Amino acid sequence: MPRFLARRVLGALVILLIISAITFWLFYAIPRDPAMMSCGKNCTPENLAQIRRNLGIDEPITFQYWHWLVGVFAGRDYGGYGYCDAPCLGYSFANREPVFGTIMDRLPLTLSLAFGAAVVFLIAGIGAGMIAAVKQGKALDKIASSVSLLGSSLQIYFVGYIAMYFLVAKVGVLSQPSYTPITENPAAWFSGLLLPWLVLSIIFTANYTRMTRSQLVEQLSEDYVRTARAKGLSQWNVFFRFAWRGAMGPIVTVFGIDLGTLIGGAIITESVFSLQGIGRLALQSVDQSDLPMLLGVTLLSAGAIVFFNIAVDAVYALIDPRIRLA
Amino acid sequence: MTSTEQQPFLSVRDLKVHFSTEDGVVKAVDGLSFDLAKGQTLGIVGESGSGKSVTNLTILGLHDRHRTAIDGEILLDGTDLLTSTERQLERLRGNKMAMIFQDALASLSPYHTVGTQISEVYRKHTGASKRESRTRAVEMLRRVGIPQPDIRVDDYPHQFSGGMRQRAMIAMALVCDPELLIADEPTTALDVTVQAQIMDLLKDLQQEFGTAIVFITHDLGVIADIADDVLVMYGGRCVERGTKQEVLRNPQHPYTLGLLSSMPSLEGSVDVPLNPIPGSPPSLLNPPSGCRFHPRCAFAEKVPGGLCSTERPALDVVDGRGSACHLPMDQREEFFADFAGSRHH
Repeated sequence: MPRFLARRVLGALVILLIISAITFWLFYAIPRDPAMMSCGKNCTPENLAQIRRNLGIDEPITFQYWHWLVGVFAGRDYGGYGYCDAPCLGYSFANREPVFGTIMDRLPLTLSLAFGAAVVFLIAGIGAGMIAAVKQGKALDKIASSVSLLGSSLQIYFVGYIAMYFLVAKVGVLSQPSYTPITENPAAWFSGLLLPWLVLSIIFTANYTRMTRSQLVEQLSEDYVRTARAKGLSQWNVFFRFAWRGAMGPIVTVFGIDLGTLIGGAIITESVFSLQGIGRLALQSVDQSDLPMLLGVTLLSAGAIVFFNIAVDAVYALIDPRIRLA
Repeated sequence: MTSTEQQPFLSVRDLKVHFSTEDGVVKAVDGLSFDLAKGQTLGIVGESGSGKSVTNLTILGLHDRHRTAIDGEILLDGTDLLTSTERQLERLRGNKMAMIFQDALASLSPYHTVGTQISEVYRKHTGASKRESRTRAVEMLRRVGIPQPDIRVDDYPHQFSGGMRQRAMIAMALVCDPELLIADEPTTALDVTVQAQIMDLLKDLQQEFGTAIVFITHDLGVIADIADDVLVMYGGRCVERGTKQEVLRNPQHPYTLGLLSSMPSLEGSVDVPLNPIPGSPPSLLNPPSGCRFHPRCAFAEKVPGGLCSTERPALDVVDGRGSACHLPMDQREEFFADFAGSRHH
């Protein structure tokens, strides 16, 4: 296990390095000058050059990238901003705020959104899938299957606004989406995020229902499940310790991918509910040609996906003893 | 069968197992009866799809209850298994009646150690502690001949060889000293040496505990080795039954004869071609009329009036010996001798 982790973390670092280099290169491939955006109306060539120098984009790309990389690992002296400690992701072109700090400010919301929704869609999706699998071909199965099909065809920007209109504005059973840190006021944190969680879950739940159902149906017809029954074990025991154990693998895999994606920012959800998370930060940074911010957010998203991939492999090995980590 | 004087331990009466599928009703077992006494071994022979495995899954109640229509009676030591609840069956399975499956790799859970899989049966049925049942699992592994059982008990099935997995499966089936053991082609996937060891093991265990064994196979050689009585199934029905000697030495049904003549003989020349039964197993969705074997039977034309294709032959059993064939009893010997003779021309 430790060797596995060491190897995978090293691999992850290489991946992130490559991703950051590609992002750098792609950014400059766009015919758009970030200096122009902050230069304003009466932009003289001298001003433009000055801004370029201030932003540090007057150097060749390779140099810029090297300096950025050194900053990440060792910190760097940042001209007018003073010294920036490692991990230094630089300062935003748009509002001069430190990138690392901004991301850390936004991350709790995105994490709350992702994990909260995950709890809802895992319970709802797996629960419905289990019921559907047990009641194969019966009315409950058909209801679960059709509801999940309906759910998977909905879109957040559609359900989100409708839910907000009815549940918040008209009926008032849910409060207006907002973010309060859980450390400040857990109740406000919960009620402020409940609607986004539910809406975000609708789309994911369907996927987990279908996956759980099909995996379980397959596992329940496996020989080893039949053997477990032949031994006289109770139906619950057979279902959870045998069939569910076998069904878990693919679900864990997809969950890892979903969670990684969600931590990279639920862009649409955050936009619909006016939440200032990582997703909107990403959107803004693209919009404002804010290279340092864009790099920071990209690395976070990529890092989250890579991290959950490693986690999935480790969990897989816990579920299935036939898999050996090396 | 051999012990008609006492109440049979296992008694199957007119068992019918029908599955409903998208294409229609599959008559997997269609009116099967047999008895089995304690300490005896019944060999059930038949091609794939003849209903032999379905019969035994039904005895344990492992069929899909929602899709299966069952009729008839299965009495185990006086208890009707077909009317028992799932709970009652759970208490019997693994305890009073146990099953050894064919493919041990697929039939053992890949997620649990061999020891856990054996000891959980023991714990469930005896209420023994974890430690006691583990000791019992080690003892069982030793008994079935697993080397270093106290170490191997913590292995997973994939760390075992094929023969060891089959032994572990047997240990699992026998951990509660079942009175009825159903072995569904337990040696088919194994090489001949291991097969022989496992057969010896089953025989030893039967002698020790007086277990009644139902042994399902399509291998007549295995039947000759282990069975006391033989039941030949074709298309969901019993076509012939009797003692091992009666059925193998003096087959009364053309299908049994066909099975025997399709086996290579050690005495004859190796150049004699094998004599397979023509045609393929019947569709149970739309089985042949009358005798289900008649489309493949070499003797159907010898029965006057096309009786074979119109009327189901009755299985008349006298003293456990019987066969379901329209061919007049006194003519069979002559016809069958001709058939056997025609092999060697």
